[in-house]
Amino acid sequence: MTQALAFVRTEPEPLDPPPTLSSSALAWARANLFQSIGSSVTTLAFVALVLWLLPPLLSWATTAAVWNATDGEACRRHQDGACWAFIYAKFDYLRFGSYPISERWRVDLAEAVGAILVIWLLWPEAPRRALAALLFFAIYPILALVLLHGSHWLGLTFVDTLLWGGMLITLLTAAVSIVFSLPLGVLLALGRRSQMPAVRLASILFIEFVRGVPFITILFMANAMLPLFLPEAWAPDRLLRPLFGMVFFSAAYMAEEVRGGLQSLRRGQYEGAMALGLDYPLMMGLVILPQALTLVIPGIVNNFVGLFMDTTLVSIVGLADFLEAMNNAMKDPAWSGPTIMPTGYVFAGMFYFVFCYGMTRYSALVERKLAKGRKR
Amino acid sequence: MAFSRGMSGLNDPRVRGILYQALLVLTVAIVSWGAAHNAYLNMRARGIPLGFGFWDQVAGFEINLHLIDYSGLSTYGRAFWVGLLNTLLVAVISIPLATVFGFAVGIARLSPNWLLSRFAFLYTIVFRNTPLLLQLLFWYNAVLKALPGPRQSLTAAGVIFVNNRGVFLPAPLARPSAISVACAMGLAAVAFAATSLWARRRQERTGAQTPVYWLGAAIFVGLPALAIVTAGAPFSLEFAKLSGFNLKGGLQIIPEMAALVFGLVVFTAAFIAEIVRAGVQAVHHGQVEAASALGLRPGLTTRLIVIPQAMRLIVPPLTSQYLNIVKNSSLAVFVGYPDLVQIFAGTVLNQTQAAVQVMAITMAVYLAISLAVAAALNVFNATHALQGRPA
Repeated sequence: MTQALAFVRTEPEPLDPPPTLSSSALAWARANLFQSIGSSVTTLAFVALVLWLLPPLLSWATTAAVWNATDGEACRRHQDGACWAFIYAKFDYLRFGSYPISERWRVDLAEAVGAILVIWLLWPEAPRRALAALLFFAIYPILALVLLHGSHWLGLTFVDTLLWGGMLITLLTAAVSIVFSLPLGVLLALGRRSQMPAVRLASILFIEFVRGVPFITILFMANAMLPLFLPEAWAPDRLLRPLFGMVFFSAAYMAEEVRGGLQSLRRGQYEGAMALGLDYPLMMGLVILPQALTLVIPGIVNNFVGLFMDTTLVSIVGLADFLEAMNNAMKDPAWSGPTIMPTGYVFAGMFYFVFCYGMTRYSALVERKLAKGRKR
Repeated sequence: MAFSRGMSGLNDPRVRGILYQALLVLTVAIVSWGAAHNAYLNMRARGIPLGFGFWDQVAGFEINLHLIDYSGLSTYGRAFWVGLLNTLLVAVISIPLATVFGFAVGIARLSPNWLLSRFAFLYTIVFRNTPLLLQLLFWYNAVLKALPGPRQSLTAAGVIFVNNRGVFLPAPLARPSAISVACAMGLAAVAFAATSLWARRRQERTGAQTPVYWLGAAIFVGLPALAIVTAGAPFSLEFAKLSGFNLKGGLQIIPEMAALVFGLVVFTAAFIAEIVRAGVQAVHHGQVEAASALGLRPGLTTRLIVIPQAMRLIVPPLTSQYLNIVKNSSLAVFVGYPDLVQIFAGTVLNQTQAAVQVMAITMAVYLAISLAVAAALNVFNATHALQGRPA
């Protein structure tokens, strides 16, 4: 029995042969593209797909495309390429809608100031971001309103909201909803976690009602029912009605994000604040909300991406947002042709993609930063 | 409470709480009363009907897709049901398709094949970062409308036709033998349940495994096949045929519905893929290592260890995507598919002017669906939550 267990190696194990491919591109390809027969077949199929689709797509977008034309004639003759000349010709309309040409600098100025404030607010290393938040959430809306709508006092002529359109409407609705929905969402989230049953019930009812119905029905409601609920003299502006709907809609979603942040804080934070003798507003304002809101920045930004895409729906109540402006521009008989629609939709897609993907990347960046800070 | 002794009036947090709540209730009451009063005055001044009398009036408009009998002589109430069924129809078709496609993309995203996972990634970022409305309009206006007419239909082997009038599938027409085949399927299900029960008992008793899935496949193919051989095919397919200027026969899917379903599936699948990827990646690697240490093969590890744990994380966001499909199907109004919002909150509202009543009913329907799904999800969470973990 002891003999059966005895095993002593008398000579060394023979060496394994060196790997045929160690650190070259071929080794990477073998490890990531050709691990097995199935994987190799998949790889070859996708390579074939790319070779089949990519060249025609590229030539559609570049070499075969019409870049310079004054009307749709050239595009109707070259049907195998995009009609970028159409976008160029309609660009001002897509930007401003029917905003008076002589006053368009005001839109540019408002957008530039907004862009600077947003970058300041979101840049992680920027100094005095609290000031940026104050400017963006309190001062900027007034400034933008005065600039865009006009003021006798400053000598700016009034521009009726009927004339606003294009990217101006898209950016405006998005900006207004974030500026007003975030504070409202924080209040709702605090209300939902309040000790007072009436406040809690009211918050829950509002949040769950808004989240349970499609955005279109909220827009319909704001458009058709708001004028009924208010006295005749208060009837809100055509642009203001969908904005109300939009703010309420996004506030409910923001509230749920913020609630997630509030719930993820330890009880000790509340107890510590109370032990210091802070009352409710001070506890929330100085201890809880700064931490909770920082935690949910990625969620808020992701929410905002959805909101930005949802601004396209305002066309149902008659606003000419960017997508609707594109739809209108495509109906121009001077530019009619089979390549106009694909061109227009691809361009619109790129516009939304640049904004939304940019914001998505930003939220991923913040998330990684936060994870780094919290890991110990 | 000793703590509140010596405090009185407004310094007592409980008194203040009651005061705040009374203030809130009062404000809500005043605002609601004011809104109702204004609505009453405004509606009367504009001659808008106040009750639900319109429900039984003749609608007078046609709907090009109705699952129940409907004509221009039907009532507004009937139109409501047609719209609701059309909304549910789109949801019922889109949800399984989006689930299957989304899971496929999500798993492709995790594939060790770099190219496949990059393609899946590209798919998710493109479709998650462009508006659904834009995608729908693109499919409807730029793709479906640009397809050739019925005479030059694109076709797959003469079975499926696609043209600018929609998608034409072969229509299954039931034959008398369908009953016996259905019975055979039922019998197969019972037999499979019995086999797997027996196999489980046997494994618990002796440790020996039975190839249950191969047996199941044999049962599910064999019994119906036997029925088909003896009784004949359960249904015949009616193919669409070109007659005159259009395709006749077969199952026609109107272009509006094709665009809506396709757009919803493609859009939602991108979100489902991300949910699946995140769910699978959240399963701790130690679980997989422990499974292989126990000697489970990779396939079994995936089926018995990874998927059950991933599902716990996947199901809640997945149900909210299903709700999003139901809610997003209201974008039908932009492509002209006759769903609840287009028919009821659109045409009926415009014809009757009864905005308050119509919107209340429409929103109540969506709320009811949302609450029902939320209730189902709560049941799932209660039964599948991790046991013994401190809350």
